[in-house]
Amino acid sequence: MKQKITLPIAFVLVLSFFLSACKPQPSATAAETATLTIMTHDSFAASEDVIAAFEEENNVKLVFVKSGDAGSTLNRAILTRENPQADVLYGVDNTLLSRALDEGIYEPYDSPLLAGIPAEFKLDETNNALPVDYGDVCINYDKAYFAEHALPMPQTLADLTQPEYNSLLVVENPATSSTGLAFLLATIAEYGEDGYITYWQQLKDNGLVIVNDWSTAYYTNFSASSGKGTQPMVLSYASSPPVEIIYAAEPPADAPTASLVGRNMCFRQIEFAGILKGTPNRALAEKFIDYMLSVKFQEDLPLQMFMYPVNPEAQLPEVFVKYSQIPAEPAALDPAVIAANRDKWLNDWTEAILR
Amino acid sequence: MIRPRKAGFSAGNALLWLLPLAFLALFFFLPLGKILAYAAGSAAKNDFALTSLTPVWRPLWFTTCQAGLSTVLTLLLGMPAAYVFAHYRFRGKNLLRVLTTLPFILPTVVAVAGFTALLGPRGLLNLGLMRLFQLDTAPITFMNTLWGILLVHVFYNTTIVLRVVGSAWAQLDERWEQTARVLGASPRQALREVTLPLLRPSILAAALLVFLFDFTSFAVILMVGGPYFATLEVAIYQQTMSLFNLPLAGLLAVVQLVCTFVITWIYGKVNGRRNIPLLPKLTSETLHNLRSFGERLAVFGINTLLITLLVLPMLALAARSLLNLGADGVMRFSTQNYTQLFVNSSNSYFYVPPAGAALNSLFYALVTVLLSLALGTLAAYAMSRARRLQGLLSALITLPLGASAVTLGLGFLVTFTRAPLDVSHFPLLIPIAHSLVAMPFVVRTLQPALNAIPVSLWQAAGVLGASSMKTWRNVDAPLLRRPLLVGGIFAFTLSLGEFGATTFLALPETPTLPVAIARYIGMPGELNYGQALAMSTILLLICGLAIFLLERLQPAGMTEI
Repeated sequence: MKQKITLPIAFVLVLSFFLSACKPQPSATAAETATLTIMTHDSFAASEDVIAAFEEENNVKLVFVKSGDAGSTLNRAILTRENPQADVLYGVDNTLLSRALDEGIYEPYDSPLLAGIPAEFKLDETNNALPVDYGDVCINYDKAYFAEHALPMPQTLADLTQPEYNSLLVVENPATSSTGLAFLLATIAEYGEDGYITYWQQLKDNGLVIVNDWSTAYYTNFSASSGKGTQPMVLSYASSPPVEIIYAAEPPADAPTASLVGRNMCFRQIEFAGILKGTPNRALAEKFIDYMLSVKFQEDLPLQMFMYPVNPEAQLPEVFVKYSQIPAEPAALDPAVIAANRDKWLNDWTEAILR
Repeated sequence: MIRPRKAGFSAGNALLWLLPLAFLALFFFLPLGKILAYAAGSAAKNDFALTSLTPVWRPLWFTTCQAGLSTVLTLLLGMPAAYVFAHYRFRGKNLLRVLTTLPFILPTVVAVAGFTALLGPRGLLNLGLMRLFQLDTAPITFMNTLWGILLVHVFYNTTIVLRVVGSAWAQLDERWEQTARVLGASPRQALREVTLPLLRPSILAAALLVFLFDFTSFAVILMVGGPYFATLEVAIYQQTMSLFNLPLAGLLAVVQLVCTFVITWIYGKVNGRRNIPLLPKLTSETLHNLRSFGERLAVFGINTLLITLLVLPMLALAARSLLNLGADGVMRFSTQNYTQLFVNSSNSYFYVPPAGAALNSLFYALVTVLLSLALGTLAAYAMSRARRLQGLLSALITLPLGASAVTLGLGFLVTFTRAPLDVSHFPLLIPIAHSLVAMPFVVRTLQPALNAIPVSLWQAAGVLGASSMKTWRNVDAPLLRRPLLVGGIFAFTLSLGEFGATTFLALPETPTLPVAIARYIGMPGELNYGQALAMSTILLLICGLAIFLLERLQPAGMTEI
């Protein structure tokens, strides 16, 4: 009897030994080089040579830990704050900034490069969180559709409630998508806390389509994407039109899409990086933050993450200059006001618009 | 040898339990406990109080309702299909069997792309109907509807019924039914009073698995159902990720767990101890050629339905991955989406070479198969011996199926923070998380088969002087090979397609295919969309090939299912 049971146990033990022996090895690194761990969201990207340049210069191996979208990444940093999983956290944006600061997960760092960065991006005076890049969440439209139907572009948020735009717009759910949340905040900036629900009800009466995530909105509903959906207007980024050019199967003569950039129609997302409290690698972490703000890294941002550099010395790639519009008057809200009210706004919006 | 006993727990039995329970304790109850304790602490700190039960009641009601409907529909398609697969030989059967298993591995975002190509506003069906009836707008709406959710659930889960019930049906001794017929029972009577009761353990097991899968459905609800539908799992996700309301999320996660426990426990009660031990058939003598016109028509009808609902969306996907929009706005055949996969066009540090991602995925899937088969077999034996505790233990084993992936993922993050079990450096946590979900499958497929082995077989082997090892090899192993194979295939496909745990635990150095697909489909641009579809088609091909090879492991003479 006993031998019958020990056999499978032995089997599992042998198995687990075999497994731990042959697990995939992350690319081998020399034991003596230090490592610097950066926690970030899934959208983080950079060129190979940009990462390699920093690694060589500082004799360090960079390790990236990705954990979902910006919200889940921040959640992870907060939950593991007693045993920090990384030295640097990148990806908290202005809709999450106050929450990150309130939780006290960062160490302040007064980078010398901050001096060259415009004040409009420096939302945290304590320099716990340093601005790295920004992007505008805007409505993209299908140029061909508007030309074919001889429709004028909507110039304001209010225009979107007009009958000629009935059933033409798809947006993401603010409760499940960061672009959706950005658009909700834009409407609050325009109509105030008392007026935004009424505006959304008008949008809904005008055939607004709401889906949960960006991929569905863009690829299933939007008429100018490869999915060939039915709505010619989609909530996306001001950088999406140039990206459509870069990733076209055949380079088109002109971008198939463009953005609506009227006053308060776009919401500006600013992304921050900061040194996580308790890091044993403070000096290296400072160097990496400086590197993120330097021209080399900043010029790599647009084509890798489709975001804009905060460092004014960084040059934009030509395709961005040509095909992306930068809104003159993006909607803005104080991060502290957002932090204090976002749960209430999201709950009120959900009850009023979805239920 | 291991044989059923009347007594509950014995020393030997406890040993059998040791590994599966230790595994559950370390990788399920510990992280879950930690994160729930954290939520409770945060509730106390913030004076959390529910002003009304609506936030719990509303998702709970919808979750149960859609899971029930989905399960009924899945059984309606799966049962006749299981019968056809267990009883008839027909051309293309092996291929169809592999194809119907594949939906299980598709990431939802890609499955949605397949369905959109068929049923979307510009999909084949709508375009056809619009042309036929001269309509201006698409007559069929698929996205953001309840029937869309149900359809995709049927797409995903029919294979469970097909495999679990089909495997049992193929082993069923036909003479029971024949005896009933000789004694004057009508075919319907024989089915109702002989066959179905004999199949009951498998049908219940399949229904339970399908129900629990639908009950914890997340991505399908989020993407197909849209913002107007929320299951408990979706509500947990929103409360955690968007509203940072951990106390409410924790409460919802506990509600979901308690429901899972109660459902599994009731299942155990209904299933009971009334399994009828039967000597399963080993040869394919139960398989018939198609004889009458009626049989041909029935098999043709069922197979057409299976192909339409399960295979066509995947074909649409594969076809779409080979088409690209030209500068003149016309779709053309092109292999560009595939060739581009091998090029790191943006020189990205995070570029995922398809071969590397495929190898990572296969490695994780293989580890999941070995781990869940080893632990699942131990648990199934332990359960079949401790019949008095069977209900409780089986509910315990099944619990991970009902655990919220978001909650468990956060639990992993707060629990495994130190070497060697460190979330950010220990790659085996992914197959371990997959095994938590795969193990209930293995146990559920093994258990009915194990309970059905007549004690007399072991007694005979013992009397004839066979050592217990020999008994296992000659009695148990041949009878369990098929359910083990079915369980192994489930574990394999579960792991290949799983995305939720992988987003939490994946290391950028070792990305899986679903992670790579999500990366492409998260960016604008035709090539990115095309590459996501191409990568998914590759995933389907690899998985199809692997299942095909796994099924070859079956010795000749065994009924194929």
